[in-house]
Amino acid sequence: MTDLPTLWFILTAAIFAIYFFLDGFDFGVGALQPFLARTEAERRAMIRTVGPFWAANEVWVILAAGVIFAAFPHWYGTLMTALYPEFALILLALIGRGVAFEYRAEINHRRWRTFWDVTSFVTNLLPAFLWGAIMANMVRGLPIDASGRFDGSLLYSVNTFSVLGGLATLSLFILHGATYLLLRLDDNDVLHGRARRAALIWGAVASALVLAFVYQGFIRTGLFGTFGLQEWLFPLAAAVNLGLIWLALTLKRDALAFAATGLTIVFSTATIFGSLYPNVLPSTLGDAYNLTVQNAASEPYTLRLLTWVGAAFLPLIIGYQAWNFYVFRQRIRAQDEKIPGGHD
Amino acid sequence: MNEILGFSTLDLSRFQFATTSIFHYFFVPFTVGFALIIAVLQTLAYRSGDPKLENLTRFFGHLFFINFAVGVVTGIVQEFQFGMNWQGFSNFVGNIFGVPLALEVLMAFFLESTFLGLWWFGKDRLPAWASLASIWIVAAGTTISAFWIIIANAWMQHPVGFELKNGRAVMTDAWAIVTNPKGLEWFAHIWAGSLTVAAFFVLAVSAYHLRRRANVEAFRVSFRVALITALIGSGGVILAGHEQGQSAVRDQPMKYATFSALWDTPDGNQMPESLVALPSNAARENRFELSVPYVGSFLAFNNFTEKAKGINDLQKEYEAKYGPGNYTPWVWPVYWSFRVMVGLGFLMLLVTLVYVWRWRQGKLDDPGRLYPLLLAMPLAPHLANFSGWIATEMGRQPWIVQGLLRTGDAVSQLNPLWVLLSLAAFWVVYLTLIGLDVFLLTRTARAGMHEPDVETPSVPAPDYVPEGARA
Repeated sequence: MTDLPTLWFILTAAIFAIYFFLDGFDFGVGALQPFLARTEAERRAMIRTVGPFWAANEVWVILAAGVIFAAFPHWYGTLMTALYPEFALILLALIGRGVAFEYRAEINHRRWRTFWDVTSFVTNLLPAFLWGAIMANMVRGLPIDASGRFDGSLLYSVNTFSVLGGLATLSLFILHGATYLLLRLDDNDVLHGRARRAALIWGAVASALVLAFVYQGFIRTGLFGTFGLQEWLFPLAAAVNLGLIWLALTLKRDALAFAATGLTIVFSTATIFGSLYPNVLPSTLGDAYNLTVQNAASEPYTLRLLTWVGAAFLPLIIGYQAWNFYVFRQRIRAQDEKIPGGHD
Repeated sequence: MNEILGFSTLDLSRFQFATTSIFHYFFVPFTVGFALIIAVLQTLAYRSGDPKLENLTRFFGHLFFINFAVGVVTGIVQEFQFGMNWQGFSNFVGNIFGVPLALEVLMAFFLESTFLGLWWFGKDRLPAWASLASIWIVAAGTTISAFWIIIANAWMQHPVGFELKNGRAVMTDAWAIVTNPKGLEWFAHIWAGSLTVAAFFVLAVSAYHLRRRANVEAFRVSFRVALITALIGSGGVILAGHEQGQSAVRDQPMKYATFSALWDTPDGNQMPESLVALPSNAARENRFELSVPYVGSFLAFNNFTEKAKGINDLQKEYEAKYGPGNYTPWVWPVYWSFRVMVGLGFLMLLVTLVYVWRWRQGKLDDPGRLYPLLLAMPLAPHLANFSGWIATEMGRQPWIVQGLLRTGDAVSQLNPLWVLLSLAAFWVVYLTLIGLDVFLLTRTARAGMHEPDVETPSVPAPDYVPEGARA
């Protein structure tokens, strides 16, 4: 019989990669908005670049949680209990982010909009950082005891490695948001030029932080020690991609730049999950307590059922989501924004 | 440190779960019923080609959109909190419970989020039929979502299709889980309940504008559609609820006895039903009770002779079966919330029937003397939902999975400080959300269909009036 737990581990990694790819640019756009947009029309244009997409992008993280719950119940319970504060903050931030995107335009009043702009900025920044911190802690391992319970201090998960991980995803997502804007904004728009400059700056920042993260994790603490020859490909590909982004940006090849930032995110996610395997959550208290792909997994019956349903629905979902992007492919110009009169 | 301010992690986690679930449930049934009403309205608009109906659809669509955002974001919490606060539960049931949750995402959440965006933002980019299809897909998505989450919940109340293996429940028969009779009854109940939530909202909004003689031709249509929805909803809720009561007697007798504050199995040859009571867990009896004969037998068995077991007898049975312990839920909150729910259900049916009668008399364009009540009615289904969840979830304690896992064994061993902090944060955020949702819904609903910048310049309404119709 095929190894269903490993298949679902790979699918979980893929779902996270898709999530980081899609919601990553939402986070980036939200974080860049106060710096790039100077007028109300520009702020609206930036929100419109993600308007029809963010909700469906976000569903990928709900799927990730659902799949971990169904396919790896022990991983689900242990990870989320151990990193409780991080997940609670992410949930609160995702609530604020979604509402900020939707409610900002409901009342045409300056203070109302400013309130949501600030909310949007903070709540896009926070998950972008926290996801990196969570991934770093997953790789680093957590004090998991024999019964699969977290046995660590309150702030165990706050450490140099996780902070670096958080800064790395934060800068990567901001960069990704900037290259996304290059694709979604009209070439002649003043915002487009600003987005390119932001991409160049954040490209440099992201490269430095990703390198620092890899150095800290790989060279100093040997956390990626389980790597064989093949897994080398992923961090290497991520690094090559970061170089490619700079080239694409200077050559003004926007689509290439976006593809490269997206691939960097995909390869980075693959690096994280590749370095975990065959564990899903290593224990720092002893290898015997590691949660592995096999011992954390559901029974074959459940996994077979999930496989059938996943095979039927995942292609469909990807299909109509792609169609959604196609329908709203038209580039956005800030000068087209209709600002109703009234209070300001 | 296992307690903070006298509260254990278990207390705080239960309170947090109740908070996030009940708040989430203010938004969700509204979405389920409202999507369907809007889909019907848009179908009418599509078939008649009437721009007034098209505007009406966009108007209610705007209200839907305001609410949908909050439903989505509060739903994310649901997907994570089983792992965060209920590690024991996740380990024990993940094999089974996680599956409907994952299926809900795969089959429903993506559909809703993608096609609502297409419908709302894509009006000018999609042909009319595709726009109509989009809103029907959204409606289908919300219903599918409700189905899967109820199947998951029903399994906790009535576990089927599983075996115990290495101390956890594993799935043996997926079909049995999907066709769990408890789940199907329950789905009918909450689906009908969702219809009432949306129907009474649309009734109130339509009546408000009918009263002001604004866009009468359009709001007359939405009033009628909502009235039919309210009839199906309030009738369906009561019928399904009756069925549920009868299956509760079989599957969860303790819960049923608690609903009725039935401490002792009745002596006679029939079972009365308590009307008003002051139940006391300390005394294990009702300090005061007023009951009507035969009604209990009818509610529980559809006859006038059979009797259900009382709480005290069941407590002894459970002690013999599961070992010493307290198997009695906290009776008075369950008893009273159950009564509030049932009372509101009948109130909804009554109001609906009054307006069906007025329809027959051809007086529907005028909301009549019940108008103030109609404006308050949107609260009724929400209160009914709230008390219904309290009754059903408190009524099955101490079990989190009936007969298999106790709530106390399911909780994550978290530092109570973290739970207290997150609980406080959720309260602040959720109260803000409810406030914003109600504020924006009321504001937008009252503004009605208008040209942008004409009547109330600060409510954006650019989509209600098609380009061609603008003077």
